[in-house]
Amino acid sequence: MDFDITEEQELLQETIAQFVANECPPTRLREIFDGETGYDPALWTGLIELGLGGITVPEEFGGAGLELLDLALACETLGAGAVPGPFLGHSLAGLALQLAGSDEQKKTWLPRLATGEVIGSVAFAEGGTAWQPEEWQLGGDDKLSGRKLHVPNASLADVIIVGTVGGGLALIERAAAGVEIKQIAGVDRTRRLEELNLDGVEAQILPQGSGVAGRLRDAGLLLLSADAFGGANRLVEMSVEHARTREQFGVTIGHFQALKHQLANMATEVEPCRGLFWYAAHAFDHVQAESERSAALAKSHITDVYMQVARDSVEAHGGIGFTWECDVQIYFKRAMFDRAFLGMPAVHRERAAVLAGW
Amino acid sequence: MDLSYSEEYEKFRSQVRTFLEAHWPPKDSETSREDQTARFRQQAIEAGYLARSIPKKYGGSEQEADVLKAAVIREEFRRVRAPGEVAGIGPGMLVPTLLDRGEEWQKEKFVAPTMRGEIVWCQGYSEPGSGSDLASLQTKGELVGDEWVINGQKIWTSGAQHADYMFCLTRTEPEAQKHAGISYLLIDMHQPGIDVRPLKQMNGSADFNEVFLTDVRTPKDWIVGKRGEGWLVSRTTLKHERNMIGNAEQSALMFAGLVDLARKTQRNGRSALQDPSVRQHLVEIEGRIKAHQYSGHRQLTKAAKNQDPGIIQLMNKLNSTNIGHAVAKLSIELLEDDSLLEPGSRLPDSELDLSGWMNQYMWSLGIAVAGGTANIQRNVIGERGLGLPRDAAVQRS
Ligand SMILES: Cc1cc2nc3c(=O)[nH]c(=O)nc-3n(C[C@H](O)[C@H](O)[C@H](O)COP(=O)(O)OP(=O)(O)OC[C@H]3O[C@@H](n4cnc5c(N)ncnc54)[C@H](O)[C@@H]3O)c2cc1C
Repeated sequence: MDFDITEEQELLQETIAQFVANECPPTRLREIFDGETGYDPALWTGLIELGLGGITVPEEFGGAGLELLDLALACETLGAGAVPGPFLGHSLAGLALQLAGSDEQKKTWLPRLATGEVIGSVAFAEGGTAWQPEEWQLGGDDKLSGRKLHVPNASLADVIIVGTVGGGLALIERAAAGVEIKQIAGVDRTRRLEELNLDGVEAQILPQGSGVAGRLRDAGLLLLSADAFGGANRLVEMSVEHARTREQFGVTIGHFQALKHQLANMATEVEPCRGLFWYAAHAFDHVQAESERSAALAKSHITDVYMQVARDSVEAHGGIGFTWECDVQIYFKRAMFDRAFLGMPAVHRERAAVLAGW
Repeated sequence: MDLSYSEEYEKFRSQVRTFLEAHWPPKDSETSREDQTARFRQQAIEAGYLARSIPKKYGGSEQEADVLKAAVIREEFRRVRAPGEVAGIGPGMLVPTLLDRGEEWQKEKFVAPTMRGEIVWCQGYSEPGSGSDLASLQTKGELVGDEWVINGQKIWTSGAQHADYMFCLTRTEPEAQKHAGISYLLIDMHQPGIDVRPLKQMNGSADFNEVFLTDVRTPKDWIVGKRGEGWLVSRTTLKHERNMIGNAEQSALMFAGLVDLARKTQRNGRSALQDPSVRQHLVEIEGRIKAHQYSGHRQLTKAAKNQDPGIIQLMNKLNSTNIGHAVAKLSIELLEDDSLLEPGSRLPDSELDLSGWMNQYMWSLGIAVAGGTANIQRNVIGERGLGLPRDAAVQRS
């Protein structure tokens, strides 16, 4: 029995954390957050050079051939740094091709996604709660027409995996005729969302699509859970740090028990979430029978905790916490994204109840 | 991450199973259940499955510390509902303290009968004026000739009415600083001068007591550790194989009961398990429990690798208290009108076990207070776990 990550996995996280500390410190993060695109080509290239473009992509297609747990651990570290950019959609696009693509499609796209030559994204949402494969309505065969909402970094992406009616998956190229992208003012400026309008767009159907769209969604739930854990953990650190330096009544505010207890509660809620996403990712790779339910539990629990911790962190920072200037708000909004993207906790709790046979 | 046990441990597991098949449940029907249990325990000790951290000469099986073996034993014993070690404060707190700090004769005299459940202990720490601020305790111990003479009052003493002995913190060095003036004494409860008065708890039963001590006597050498070192002795932690995930397992069991309660409870003509808000609550609680359980697995893994469990251990009590409360709260909601009844009572036509849940609801509060309150726990997490500054008014050693 070894409920722990490996030394290689720890090293992966340390390497990414070191890179983020150097290339995306809070000052740089702030510039990108306030910038036009929410994207920094140099930062992205750096992440690709670390091998993050194709963590799960099999070695024969130029990736690292690692597991979902490794990808989730990368997401945790990126979440801790609130690193902006297209990583989420890119990773999911790669997974979609791995899970559902034909050999030809894999050969064409996976190496290019792994090396960052092309950026990927995914288009699932159709408004309201229509995030789940069973609910997708966008239709057409190899010519797709319709609208998809909340596509992360759509205008940066070269290829987008689109969820279609009946839980199918299809690949389109952004540059294809009939693709129109509209900007939306998303709340999380580190992961910009856009609207995708398709008018008879030529699409490559992923042959295994309808069988694995649910699995792709589960992978998405896990990456969000991992991001949420990383962010929540960082918020606890930031709040503790603030409590140790800010002075009121002649002492640092960490002396005050009311605040000390709030911080203790935050930490006590966050820490156990680590095992929850580890196990869910492990189940995705190795315990198929528990995979779907574990992912639903992880996403609903951890993103709720992240949101609450983000609210508490604002309060712990006082007035400054409520300002645009304070970094806490960047995480607060990332928490809102993690919680809502791919469906609210309540949706996944109900699914978990159904899956338990209740 | 590998959640399976290695071959070595699976081999060990099959040994445990073979042992259990041969010895539990017992095949003879003449002897009483009590005798059967006692005999089984003795056999399990001889086979090396119980009292593992206790030397053979004190009645244990003296095995090398191995948290994974301990987990395998726990799993297998639980599976067939075989009795584990005698529970309680004696085996759980006094025995490890004696093994760590006691005199040779003390170990010889007390450890084995305590582990066999032949003698029962109570813990005399709290006093009316000293709860969270335990080091302010006032019960006096005076050395008169060859005996300590003890005067004072203890309170909330669980199980004092059944106890043969008390391990007791007393102030023996009145002129010394708060923490430095305390000694750890063992006291025979069957003697004049000891007056145990039950305290009726909110759930109607009386598990704890007030204990008045008037000129109570205990031999000079019934002291654990040196004079004035009682505070340190009482902080002795259990270093060896500990039931570290016990809490999480307990929560999982309670949760299974809760789902069952929801299934059996009717709401608007159908099972409450079909009610959307109940479903949401249940999964919410399950998320917390799973997270807590995996923390237990992590802790076990760290212990097996001799690594510091760090902050997780500090959070365990608060987490399980929170979970216990959440479970109990939902159970009360499911009971609806039945929750108007006293714990222990039962509607004549009800099939539900009300008394259990009503007790659980109230006990979840007892647990939040016993052994250090939730707020004290938060202090510890904030100060030792997160490195926040200490409260100047509160000295701790
Ligand atoms: C079911 C049960 C069984 C028990 N069994 C035993 C036993 O066998 N032996 C034994 O010796 N004792 C036993 N106790 C006593 C238990 O250890 C004490 O009740 C506990 O330590 C709290 O002390 P107190 O009751 O004096 O509360 P107080 O210390 O008076 O606390 C009252 C409130 O003030 C808060 N408070 C106090 N100081 C601080 C602080 N510095 N910071 C923040 N908040 C603070 C507490 O958190 C609590 O909310 C038992 C208690 C219960 C409920």
